[in-house]
Parts: sequence; structure tokens; C-alpha cells
Amino acid sequence: MSQNAAHEQGPSAYITHHLTNLQGGEGFWTFNIDTLFFSAVLGLIVFGTFWLAARKANAGVPGGLQNFVEMVVEMVDNQVKDSFHGKSVLIAPLALTIFVWVFVMNAMDMLPVDLLPSVAAAMGVPYLKAVPTTDLNLTFGMSLSVFFLIYFFSIKIKGIKGFAHEVMFAPFGKYLIPVNIMFRIIEDIAKPISLALRLFGNMYAGEMVFILIALLPWYMQWLLGAPWAIFHILIITLQAFVFMMLTIVYLSMAHESH
Amino acid sequence: MNINATLIGQAITFAILVWFTMKFVWPPLMAAMEERAKRIADGLAQAERGKHELELAHKRASEVLHEAKSKASEIIAQSEKRASQVVEESKGAAKEEGERIIAAAQAEIQQEVYRAKEALRQQVADLAVAGAEKILRREIDAKAHADLLETIKAEL
Repeated sequence: MSQNAAHEQGPSAYITHHLTNLQGGEGFWTFNIDTLFFSAVLGLIVFGTFWLAARKANAGVPGGLQNFVEMVVEMVDNQVKDSFHGKSVLIAPLALTIFVWVFVMNAMDMLPVDLLPSVAAAMGVPYLKAVPTTDLNLTFGMSLSVFFLIYFFSIKIKGIKGFAHEVMFAPFGKYLIPVNIMFRIIEDIAKPISLALRLFGNMYAGEMVFILIALLPWYMQWLLGAPWAIFHILIITLQAFVFMMLTIVYLSMAHESH
Repeated sequence: MNINATLIGQAITFAILVWFTMKFVWPPLMAAMEERAKRIADGLAQAERGKHELELAHKRASEVLHEAKSKASEIIAQSEKRASQVVEESKGAAKEEGERIIAAAQAEIQQEVYRAKEALRQQVADLAVAGAEKILRREIDAKAHADLLETIKAEL
């Protein structure tokens, strides 16, 4: 299929086509419909499954689904307990949501690059980007939410005064207040940007490589496709884990005063 | 690639998912897992306690067995002693009884002998009186010689 598509359009047109979102709206009020659709559907499926497991959860011997879900929950819980020492009802579920959601969205990368776009094309949809995490809007949507939470907790825990004090007097003391504020601004801007760009960059690059591999003749594709897919399993998991871990670390930093 | 309103939509989706997880997924799972952990800990503690109790029971059983054994041997010794005592007692009683029987028999014999002697004496006296009567019938008036006869009778 990719052969045909690539040959019909030429390589650069094929790549561009694969990297174009299905959009609706004008100017800023443009919506990437495919990103919204896939992230919502994947969220519904995976958290619906988790909900099913949670609803039937009991302290007896867990069945297959419950066992799997508990494994994930326990992993996340351990990570949260290791890095975050306060008490919060939000952080652990937040970390679980990030890890699971980012993981399933990244995992869309493992589907053949032409599968969903071809299906969509057959249904009359011109463009389709199946991996929501290759959309900057999604990664920034999440990282800015986390950024907002960092500020919310910083101010909630330390108070406005405590927070202002921290901004002005850490890390170099009272004689370098302007430097401290500068450092703080850079640090805080870097947090959401690095969070969003790391995930986006990894997934976008991965997707790109898959698209390039799809340009090869069909009998050569497995040679690069199989190793890259296997390696990508690691990246998918790692990026989900990193996003979760950094969120936990940032929020625990927000809870502790310097 | 441009940033657009999708960002807001994604932030909302994200918030909804986090809220959902916080509300419906995390608490029941955590509760179940904690409950299970507690149950397992309790079970292990109980097993440990059971083991300990078993050990104690073993110890007690062997103690009781030991006690029973010593008691049994004590009882046996006591009963042996008592048996020999009984034998001894019955031997003594038998001897006594025998002696008593012998004494009674001897007394009876004595009495019998005495009675026989009395009877013999009576008969001899009667015979003597009868003989004397026969001899003296013709010459002795029984009334006149009653004193004499009585005296003879007493002497016999």
C-alpha cells in the first residue's frame, strides 16, 4: 500500500501528507481533529478498562485484568512514593494518568504508518495523523497543565509570600535578587517547554523514521522496520515514564521549600 | 505543527482524565491493594503464630506423655507393693483363722470329752446303784438308806 502511495505522490509529498493534521477551524481556533479524536478515544478505552478493573477490584486473588492494572498502579505508586514525600490525593492519580495515557498514545506509533490514514482515505478523510503525541498541541496541553499545577501547589503550600521569597532569595541569597529572579524565570519556562518538546521530539522523530522506512521497497522494509519498531517499544515506554517522572519531580519541588 | 486551539482541547481532555482517574480509578484500586497487603501480612503473622503454637503444643504433649509415663510406673510400683501387702495380710489372716479353728476344735473336743466323762460317770453311778439295789433290795429299805445312797451317788 505504501508503495503505491509513495509512487503516486512522490516521496516528499508522501511525507508531508503523513505529517499533516486533519484540521477544522480558522486561525488560532483551528482544531486538529485527528489529535483530539485519537487522544480522547484512547483515553476512553484505556481509562474505561482501568475503571472496569477498579470497580471490580477486591482484596482477594486478583484476576488477569485486575492483576495487570494493579501492576501498573503499583509501579506508579512506588515512583511517586520514592520522589514525593508530602501528602497529596492528586499527584499519584495524575502520574498514573500521564503514564498510561502517554503510553497508549505513543503506542499508536506501532501501527503501520499507512494503516489508519488509508482507512480514513477510504472513508473520505483527506489527512490523518494517528499518533497524538506527535502533535505539539497535545504535548504542550499536558505540559502547560502540569506547569499550572506547579504554580498552584507552590502558592498553595508556601503562600504568596513564601513563594515570592523563594523566587527572590534562592539560590544565591539576598545580594543577587535580580539574578535569582532571572534564574527562576528561565527555570520555570524551561520546565513545560522541555517537558513538551522532549515527548514531541522523540515521537515525531520516531514517526518520521517509520515514514521513511515505508518509502523503501516492500522487501527491504523489514530490515530496518523490525529493529526500529523493537527499539521504539523502549522509546514509547521510556518517554511515557520520563514525562510522568518529571511531573512528579516538579510537583514535589513545588511542595518543598528551599 | 502550529500551536492552535487544540492545545486547549487537549488540556481539557487531560484534566477530565486526571479527574476521572483521581475519582474512580485510583481509590478503589489502592484500597483493594492495601487491603490485600494487610490480609497477607495478617496471614503471615497468623502462620507464624500457628507455628509457634504448634511448637508449644508439641512441647506440652511430650511433657504430658512424660508425666503420664512416670505416673504409670509409679502406679504399677504402688500396686505391686499393695499386692504383696495383701498377700502378706491374707497369709496372716489365714494362719490366725487356722489357729482359731484349731483352738475351737480342741475346745469342743475337750467339752465332748468332759460330756462323755459325765455321761460315763452317770452311767457307772446308775449301774452301781442298780447293782446295789439288786443286792440290797431284799435287805435295804430305800427310804431308810436314802442318805447313804445319796452320798455314794455324789462320790461317784
